[in-house]
Parts: sequence; C-alpha cells; structure tokens
Amino acid sequence: MAGFDFSNHNRNAALHAQGVPLPKATSTGTTIVGCLFDGGVVIAADTRATSGPIVADKNCEKLHYIAPQIWCAGAGTAADTEFTTAIISSNLELHALSTGRKPRVVTCMTLLKQHLFRYQGHIGAYLVIAGVDPTGSHLFTVHAHGSTDKLPYVTMGSGSLAAMSVFETQWKRNLSRDDAVKLCADAIQAGIWNDLGSGSNVDVAVITEEKTTLMRNHLTPNERGRKERNYRFDRGTTAVLNEKIIKREEISKYVTVHELQDDSVTATAETMDVDS
Amino acid sequence: MAALFSGAPPQGGPGYSFKQTPTAAPSGERQHGFYPYTDNGGSTLGISGADFTILAGDTRSTSGYNINTRYAPKLFKIGGEGPENKGARIVLSVVGFAADGDALKERLDTIVKMYKYQHGKPMSVSACAQRLSHILYNKRFFPYYVHAILGGLDEDGKGALYSYDPVGSYEREQCRAAGAAASLIMPFLDNQVNFKNQYMPGSGTGHDLKAKAAEPLPQDHVEDLVRDAFTSAVERHIEVGDGLQMMIITADGVHESYTTLKQD
Repeated sequence: MAGFDFSNHNRNAALHAQGVPLPKATSTGTTIVGCLFDGGVVIAADTRATSGPIVADKNCEKLHYIAPQIWCAGAGTAADTEFTTAIISSNLELHALSTGRKPRVVTCMTLLKQHLFRYQGHIGAYLVIAGVDPTGSHLFTVHAHGSTDKLPYVTMGSGSLAAMSVFETQWKRNLSRDDAVKLCADAIQAGIWNDLGSGSNVDVAVITEEKTTLMRNHLTPNERGRKERNYRFDRGTTAVLNEKIIKREEISKYVTVHELQDDSVTATAETMDVDS
Repeated sequence: MAALFSGAPPQGGPGYSFKQTPTAAPSGERQHGFYPYTDNGGSTLGISGADFTILAGDTRSTSGYNINTRYAPKLFKIGGEGPENKGARIVLSVVGFAADGDALKERLDTIVKMYKYQHGKPMSVSACAQRLSHILYNKRFFPYYVHAILGGLDEDGKGALYSYDPVGSYEREQCRAAGAAASLIMPFLDNQVNFKNQYMPGSGTGHDLKAKAAEPLPQDHVEDLVRDAFTSAVERHIEVGDGLQMMIITADGVHESYTTLKQD
C-alpha cells in the first residue's frame, strides 16, 4: 500500500511549537448502532456532522458501502471513516475477485482492525460493521486502536450511551426485521434528542441473505419550519465596484461552447435552496 | 504523619532496577486545580425599537455534549413586586455560566428593589445599567462569567438596550447578540437591523452608491427577525435549541412569551 505522506511533519511540528493550532477536522460526533435479527442485520446512523460546536453538515451519510452485502457505519473523524472504508472496500473487492467467492464479514473486520492497529489510533475511525455472507449474519464494532467486539447489538459514537440505553431496555432475542429496524431507529433517536453531537435524520440499512436495502433518511423528525420573513434583496442592493463581461465569442477561443436548449439540459447539479 | 506504606524502596537502599525509582512523595510542590467556571452554552439577543425593547434567549442548558435541562430561562424581570416580579420595567438577560448568571440576577434584582423602597420611585434604566456595570467590575479579578444584556425604556419612553462584557464594560446599542451563537446571529442583525452592506439600488455607481440608512423597525418586524435568528442558530449550533423565551418591554409593561425550538 502506498501509505501516507509525512513530508510536512517537521514543518508542522515547528509551526505547532510556535503556537499555530492544528486545523480542525470535521468529526462526526455521532450516534451509530447495529442489531442482528432473524434473517439478517440492521445498522443505523444519524446524519449530523460537527466541527466543534458548529454543525458542518445537517444531512451527511454515515453508512458506508464495503461490499454489496457488507455495510459499515462510521463515527469519529469524517475523513478517516470515509477513506478507511473505501480502501478496505477496494481490497475486499480484489480479494473476492481473486478467490471467486463472496467476501466475508470477518475478513472485512480483520482487514480493518489490522489497518487501524498499524496506525496506533491516529486514524480516528470508529466503525460498526454489519453484513451477511455464506457463514451467516454478522455484526462487529472496531475501535480506532484496533480492538473489536462481536455482539448481537452495538452502539458507537458520542451518542452511544443514549442509544445503548434503548437497546438495554428494549432488546430481545429473535427480533423480526421490522422490530429490528424500529429498535435501531429508536436508538438513533435517543442519540439525536439527547446527545448534542448527534442530530437531524435517521439512516437505516437492512442486510439480508437476498439483498441490502439502504433507507436513506428513513426518518426526518427535524425538518426546518418556514422562516417568518423573506430575505431576498432587491437587485442593486450590493455595491458593484467593477464588472467585466466576457462574451461568448471571446470565451470560445479557449473552450468549446455548446448552445443549449432549455429542454435539452439533462444533468442538473444539486440546486441551492432559495427563498421563493 | 507520613504514610505507613508508600510502595517506594527504603531510602538509601538498593532500590529497584529501574532508572527512576518511585519516590514516596512527588518532589517539588503539589499543584491543585480549581476550575470554578463551566460554560452552559445557549444564546441571547436584544433589539431596541422606537417605543419598545425585545430581549430573547433560548432555554437549553448544556455541559459538553449533554443537555442539563431543556427549560432554563436566561431572561429575568428585574425590580418588580414580589417573587413574580409584577410590574417590572427592566429585563436582564444573562448567558455563559448559568450559576453566575443567577447570582448576578439576584444581586441586581435586590439592589433595584431596595432602591425603590428607599427612594419611593422605580430606578431608571440608565441608572440600573450603570449599577450593573459596577457590580460586574467589583469582581474584576474573579469575574461573573456572563455576557449580560439589559433592556427597558429610557426616560423619553424610547427603547433602551445595554450590553456588557464579563467585567463591566458597557454600551447602549440598537441590537446585540450574545453567547454561543453570537458570531452566527450578530452579522445577521448588522445586516437586517442596521442595514450594513446594503445600498440603495440605483442611487449611484460603484463607491458613490448610497448606503441604506438604519431606521427604527416596527415591533412585529423585529419579533420576526428574532424568531428567524434563533431558528437559524438552532440549525447550525449544537448548544442552541429546545425553546425560545422572549420578553417585550413597552409602556404597558413586560410581555413574556415562549415558543418551542428544535430539540435535536
């Protein structure tokens, strides 16, 4: 593996010694849970990402794809959960191709713990791994230092205590699929309401032998109400100190310009919410 | 008396094979930590108009990632009759360390009440404002860890709003946001109350464009701004939420209201 680039380490250490603070990473101070049921496994997560006390993303995705039947919920440093799951997903795909078998959840868990242990906790990824493979349904947690647990119901992140309180009072053996989804969603909500690091919506993924169902925004109990006033400014409110108009003839010297009809516009990027 | 068993090898003896043998007591003086302050989060805001002043604050109290309570008022009527403070004309809002906020409120309330009993007339807002500054500065080297905002009506019946730093520096202002989400709310207020960065469309070109002049806003308009400021702060600050307490001071007295905010 290529590994990390440490070439800025000495410079950053010198900067830090002079009192320059470290840049703040987006941390998913999170609630993530998982629960086994008869015929599969459920994982769920909230959708708030924070940077200190500020909400960085109100609707982020904390459920990561590893393999078609193996998914992962991530807490901790957002970038670390994203990249470690991506790299293990890649390695597991290659492994599946070379063996010609479906990847197993234990294999995924072992790859993750070995990767994380090698970095001695500096990769701040706290994960709940769930999946169904030829050996059955499995549920694990992996901590940033590399330790793992195998349990019928698990929670992680800053809202783990709130979520675990729900499991410890309501969990029972041999749950049905719907009951497991309800229990996981309730556990996430306990985190959303009672832990400041968690909030917004509930994402759920159900993995069975047949298929994986990702229920993005399964619950949205925190939609913003209408604002009292309209904050659209009159045209000309902002001072324009200088302006330059680049004509189509000019720009086509450098790039190819296609004339678009309104109905021929196919790809629409995410549009911004604007007051009506 | 020394401890009977310290776990350390006998003095002058052969000791452990470690480079540094454990000692009975750490050499040098022992340091004790005393951290009397905590930050209970939350935000407050005040806006004064032509004949009214509005103070508002969320009602969530936090410590770390925990919620202590979803209803801890940060707005207090000052100098009214009895425990309900009936007939009060001054409102104090405090945000920061809740225990200091409560202590400060009790002190100011007592002083304003005593003033009324001794002089037979209610204390003016300007006098109360200066007194509050003195209370804060009196604890210059062990401050009340709060950002206070005082609101009422001045001698001419105009809206009066005073804001303070923790050690008593104060100023009369049109509007002020304080607390955890102050940095989110204050720029919104600058733009919407004092019309900062807004120009009159078509009044000139470039630097000659005329800035939009601030004017006192009507009461219902200001109430809407306050609600929008808080619902927006709740979206982006984890320590703000649960409930919005508002107090509107007019010539008719203090009108108090409560609306819910998002609980996540």
